[in-house]
Amino acid sequence: MDWSVIVMQLFTGLSLGMLYVLLALGLSIIFGLLTVVNFAHGAMFMWGAYAGVSIVAMTGNFWLALIAAPLVMGGYGLIVEKGVIRPLYGRDINYPLLLTFGLQFIMVEIIRIFWGTSDQPFTAPELLSMPVELFGVFYFPSYRLFLIGMTIAICIVLWFFLEKTNLGLIIRAGTRDALMVRALGIDMGRIWWIVFGIGAGLAGIAGVLASPITSVYPEMGIPMLVQCFVVVVVGGMGSLKGAIVAGIIMGEASALTTLFYPPMADIVIFLVMAVVLLIRPSGLFGRAGLLE
Amino acid sequence: MSKSKTKKGKSEGISRRTFLKTSGIAVGAAALGGFHFVPKARAAGPVKLGAPFPFTGPYGTEATDQRGGVELAVAEINHEGGVLGRKVEVHFRDTKLKADEAARRAKELIESVGVDCMTGALSASNQLAINEQCKLAGIPYVSVSQSNEITERRDGSIYTYHEAMNPHMTTQAVGKWVAENFGKRWYFLTSDYAYGWQLTDGFRRKGKEFGIVDVGETKHPLGAGDFSAYMPRILAANPDVLIIDNFGKDQINSIKQATAFGLKKKMQIIAPILLMSSRLGAGEAAFDGVAGGTSFYWDMDIPSTKKFVEAFQKFYGRPPIDYAGYAYSGVKELLSAVNRAGSFDPVGIAEAIEDRTYDTYKGKQWWRPCDHQSQQDVFIIRSKKATEKYDVFEVITTVSGDNERLLRTCVEVGQNPNKPMRKGLLDKHKK
Repeated sequence: MDWSVIVMQLFTGLSLGMLYVLLALGLSIIFGLLTVVNFAHGAMFMWGAYAGVSIVAMTGNFWLALIAAPLVMGGYGLIVEKGVIRPLYGRDINYPLLLTFGLQFIMVEIIRIFWGTSDQPFTAPELLSMPVELFGVFYFPSYRLFLIGMTIAICIVLWFFLEKTNLGLIIRAGTRDALMVRALGIDMGRIWWIVFGIGAGLAGIAGVLASPITSVYPEMGIPMLVQCFVVVVVGGMGSLKGAIVAGIIMGEASALTTLFYPPMADIVIFLVMAVVLLIRPSGLFGRAGLLE
Repeated sequence: MSKSKTKKGKSEGISRRTFLKTSGIAVGAAALGGFHFVPKARAAGPVKLGAPFPFTGPYGTEATDQRGGVELAVAEINHEGGVLGRKVEVHFRDTKLKADEAARRAKELIESVGVDCMTGALSASNQLAINEQCKLAGIPYVSVSQSNEITERRDGSIYTYHEAMNPHMTTQAVGKWVAENFGKRWYFLTSDYAYGWQLTDGFRRKGKEFGIVDVGETKHPLGAGDFSAYMPRILAANPDVLIIDNFGKDQINSIKQATAFGLKKKMQIIAPILLMSSRLGAGEAAFDGVAGGTSFYWDMDIPSTKKFVEAFQKFYGRPPIDYAGYAYSGVKELLSAVNRAGSFDPVGIAEAIEDRTYDTYKGKQWWRPCDHQSQQDVFIIRSKKATEKYDVFEVITTVSGDNERLLRTCVEVGQNPNKPMRKGLLDKHKK
């Protein structure tokens, strides 16, 4: 097989992995601080896509959708945290899990009622719809390159926010020992609130970014959620570095398997998960004991 | 026991003796190992039509349109006086695109709801599962989406009717047109289950007649979502034609992503069943230039099409897609046959349908007696720039289905060419 095909496949895997990374980051940041396993994350991803579709339908502007949809979803996340998740803090980890599990069905059903079950068209802007030549040997969709770039940019912003700002410092401290941070006179409830909003916003932006690639329909978040849980578990629950590394590994694993043996492509991520968990039960970068 | 009781509630004035007699027989029949008796004991009240479809899952959009076709057919029949003087009542169920769920829903419709006849499903596995239940209970079933097996010896029966095209017909018609109009090197992207395999197989067979070179095949799981990983391999094989043997959301996603990878610059993309629902879901740019076959397009210049489209438009405010047509036509054919037969006697219904030429929505069709397959034309269409929302395809040519030219012979499907289909007739229906 030609080496250029393999390089192209590696690029494909990278772009595939980027969507996993974006979603897994949101899941992981929420879990790391709040220990809430957000089962509605896939539905938030889907709502992000529908928010994008609506904004594009109203204004015809993809870039506006890219900015506004995550803000809308972030706001939604703030409402959800304050309205239904907050009362469950301090209870068993299963309570928010079951709650968000139910929430996802409500969210899917709302879309079915107002938008119907059929697919919504969503095309990439003219500028990004043409394939570009890479290294003079193969064509690659410019939109996927944009997706890779956007994800890297978001990761950098997120890193900067967590490492270099005061709020980031508090979040990191809260992840280690929330009780201690509270003892220092910081309102952790507020921090949790903000972090849930950030996680939902990340799901929203992932939804908009995924729309030109796949079809937009009410159940689009369900397969993504499964794959992203795998990514989060492999990376280590609550670890952002883990989410990024595992997301890329999973994208590449799935792409390369498709190239060499397509029938395995669907299950290879579970195989990788099994192997990783056998060697490192708490994931690649996971801290033990977070779930207890 | 409880079943015969609820039925009693509807017809007043039944003496205690008759009640004891019927329920006694029902219990006896049940004790002897079957509830087959129960549907027959049903007296007046509405005629019940069971309609399981995969409303959720990758084929949900098309299934929803089929529902529209069923509803319209039933509304029209009720308007014209119903079936055997009774109103028709439809009972929809969701099969979730799973064969076991389809079987359960069909069984439930037969045993709990007590349907008199059945239509439904999309995806061969679902249809075969429903057909199996209908054969066991002796209930006429009109299948309204593609399947090769359903008319074959193993699965077909006197109770089974297949209104839709099948993968064989589709590939015979589309394959010839592709071979005559595009290059010789074909690559297949196949949905990895019976429907996809049969399409690819059919194209390969047709291709042999034209000296086609098969340059490769990639199989993808049903509902794959991301197809990007398949694209480099297809590009490397450098085919003239990429044939996309899948359906529903898979068709949307694979064509959308093939376009993004610039495949169209190097090859012609063909979808054997080019869906209007997919084209609408993916948008104009993604489907630009994609060609393929269809059983029906709303803007065809055929009198019965115009009539059907007008009625559908009035009902739903939009034109129907091809799968709505199957459902509409199948239900109308089956229910009108019951009226002609004057009862639900399966032999009577079969005689009312077999060898019948009809035209419900797409021009002349014909019921082949040996396997209950509907012979029909296939249309070749291409995606075009839309002037209004639903004006998305141009009809390039009509491939005539006359004289069984697109069908496998009766012998090939394992049926007797000289006799109408009487296989599987239950003892209770024998005279």
